[in-house]
Amino acid sequence: MKPSLRLPLAIGALGLALAMLATASIGLVWATLDAAEREAVVAVLASRAMLVVMLWLAVFGAAAWGLSLLMRRHIEAPERLREQAQVLLTSDEPQAIAVQGSAALQGLAESLNALARQRSQLRQDVAEQVAVASRGIEQERSRLSALMAELTQSVVVCNLDGRILLYNSRARAQSRAWSRTPQTAGGAELIGLGRSIYTVFERQLVAHALDALQQRARAGQAHPSAQFVTSTASGELLRVQMAAVRAPAPLPGEADAALSGYVLMLDDITRDFAQEALRDRLLLGLTEGSRASLGNLQAAVEMLELPELEAPMRERFQAVVREEVATMTARVQTLANGVLADMKTRWPMEDMLGADLVAAAQRRIENLGSVRVASDRIDNTLWLTVDSYSLLQALVYLAGRLVDEYEVRSLQLRLQPAGPRAQLDLVWTGQAMSTETVMSWQMDAMRVHTVGNSGGGTGSEADTTPLTVRDVVERHGGEFWFERERVRHESFFRFLLPCAAAPAASETAGPTGDGARPEFYDFDLFQTSAQASALEDRPLAELSYTVFDTETTGLNPSEGDEIIQIGATRIVNGKLLRQECFEQLVDPQRPMAEASVAIHGIQPQVLVGQPTIGEVLPVFHAFALDTVLVAHNAAFDMRFLQLKEAATGLRFDQPVLDTLLLSAWLHPNQESHRLEAIAERLGVAVTGRHTAMGDALVTAEVFLRLIPLLGARGVHTLGAARDAALQTFQARLKY
Amino acid sequence: MSQRILIADDEPNILISLEYLMKREGYEVSLARDGEEALAALAEHRPALVLLDVMMPKKSGLEVCQALRADEALKDTLVLMLTAKGRETDIAKGLGSGADAYMTKPFSTKELVRKVREMLEARA
Repeated sequence: MKPSLRLPLAIGALGLALAMLATASIGLVWATLDAAEREAVVAVLASRAMLVVMLWLAVFGAAAWGLSLLMRRHIEAPERLREQAQVLLTSDEPQAIAVQGSAALQGLAESLNALARQRSQLRQDVAEQVAVASRGIEQERSRLSALMAELTQSVVVCNLDGRILLYNSRARAQSRAWSRTPQTAGGAELIGLGRSIYTVFERQLVAHALDALQQRARAGQAHPSAQFVTSTASGELLRVQMAAVRAPAPLPGEADAALSGYVLMLDDITRDFAQEALRDRLLLGLTEGSRASLGNLQAAVEMLELPELEAPMRERFQAVVREEVATMTARVQTLANGVLADMKTRWPMEDMLGADLVAAAQRRIENLGSVRVASDRIDNTLWLTVDSYSLLQALVYLAGRLVDEYEVRSLQLRLQPAGPRAQLDLVWTGQAMSTETVMSWQMDAMRVHTVGNSGGGTGSEADTTPLTVRDVVERHGGEFWFERERVRHESFFRFLLPCAAAPAASETAGPTGDGARPEFYDFDLFQTSAQASALEDRPLAELSYTVFDTETTGLNPSEGDEIIQIGATRIVNGKLLRQECFEQLVDPQRPMAEASVAIHGIQPQVLVGQPTIGEVLPVFHAFALDTVLVAHNAAFDMRFLQLKEAATGLRFDQPVLDTLLLSAWLHPNQESHRLEAIAERLGVAVTGRHTAMGDALVTAEVFLRLIPLLGARGVHTLGAARDAALQTFQARLKY
Repeated sequence: MSQRILIADDEPNILISLEYLMKREGYEVSLARDGEEALAALAEHRPALVLLDVMMPKKSGLEVCQALRADEALKDTLVLMLTAKGRETDIAKGLGSGADAYMTKPFSTKELVRKVREMLEARA
């Protein structure tokens, strides 16, 4: 019943009741009267009928007024309060309830207001605590990822299913070396969030190590770890150390927290191994070879001691002794050379700010005493890739000879870019000297005064190293020469050294999105249950996707059109992984239509010498393994892939989702479902369209925004999404 | 009658000393420069004892020793192995192949002479 009709209806009913009451009283009285009395009454009342009606109306008016007052106070006011209370219940930012009506109602409204205030306060507290906690988590995560990024060891964290939850950039860089096709996917098909570690290592190896780990954990080791050595597909040797990741809290009834995953630390020991093997061989050669020679020597010497030995026999034994001594000498020499080569490669090449190197050289040279070193024209932005230890030795050695042999008392260091390299100059003035003499220094083994002895003034202690300046230069793949500038009476040694990319530049390189740190971790994967339910029933937000796009020579694969570019990116746990991309040009081995060139702008000559589809498809197949494929107008791209199935033997049989069909299902009244149109509708910035990679990224962003929209329409699972797409597909077919 | 000894080693520099040494001790001496020569010399001269180097071309000392032990006519020949391989596993391998004794280079010639005499006297 409408509230506005309630009052008139109630008043009408009241009027009716009053009228009935009056009629009933009159009727009763009337029934007790005889005819004469009735006449008398009629006569009396007829002239005063107006008065009776007035009286009745007055009573009715008073009753109606009272009724409306009562209704407003006791029915409408509680009704309003109920509605306001309901608003209070559902809204996040409630207005206070108006305090009105009876005293009881006013009290109730005030209590409700107080409750609402209390609830707001509590909500705010919770929100603050959540914010503080998530700030803390964010901080911990960024600290962790900074730490991981700095590690020179490869680290990969997996859950018990062998899915990768975290990896550092070092692991990613190393995976390039393990990949069978390093130039195509660059290891992204091996190490990626949500990928299986079993594509890198044999399942049994990991299972075995995990067993050992669990045994050690049960045996009460505080930090159990296990270790194995294995080789990768490309033949590298890896030493893998496995440590346990425990669940945050022990299950009830268990003393220790159960394992929830493990950390793998990977060392590429191929080089170590080769060096160790060489050392072993040298050692064995030394002991066994020497034993034989020593045996010959001892026997010969003991024969020589025999008093009765005749001259010709004596001569023969002496020849044996001479020969064996020569053999031993040669052997020791070979060994020394081997060890020397080992020592030469002892120090790693590392990136270093050029100015730091110059500053260090300045201090070291001045430590020689009696020489002052200035630095001049130093390019502060230059980064070098150097073996700083031996390079400093070379500089100090050269300076030392200048000081000792030519009494040079003042030196200068200069560092300037020279094309792709850097030139480091050691400069002095005056003192003409022959080029031959000073250039011969580079071939001498360096004698370097020990660092840090300047205070004691001993000056005589010196490091000798088997290295020469030439060795150091060659180690850097650089050059070294002596030059004179007659006008300024300046002479200098110049080193040409390799430059490194400035680290700041290399960090921002690559599409990392809005300045965010690249997503190298996703701990939410820890929660993914071991027994993955059937793919169809899995929520869309939990699945891993490969979003891809292809550019082609034309539109008709059945008439021989071919793929010329594949671009793909990954979505794992609802996050777009921009640093796990796949981008590859393909040589179509056929001419291209002019119209296609106009669309994607890829000139045919760029494609010559690129790998063929037969080489690229297996890598892309590996990249897309265990994921759902997503593409815009997927049917088109899938046709190209499927036509290659027979030739490559690779089937792309995973589920496929099409952003075009999903969008058409969601918004059937929109005119256009072209990628740009959808992107604009959903507020996705479009960049780099019509490159496969650019389109794949836009498609991925679009897809991520479609997921919640689908959810709002009741489409939560992969199966439901495919059904929806099928509906639109069929609907579109009808047109 | 003096006993015959076969010396098998690919290094002439040890052969010359051992030959002189053994002749001086009064033994008759045959020489072999590799494994095959050694087997041929064994069959031809039937020495009582052979000084056998482990590392020889064509057939190693271990192979020669195994072949000799398998041969009904030669299996009683005494074998003293001489080798530069001094690891325990190498010694075990030498003795496992059927050698009666094992000496690691370098060795004292006096020691060798004493060992040879002991082995031959034990047999006699």
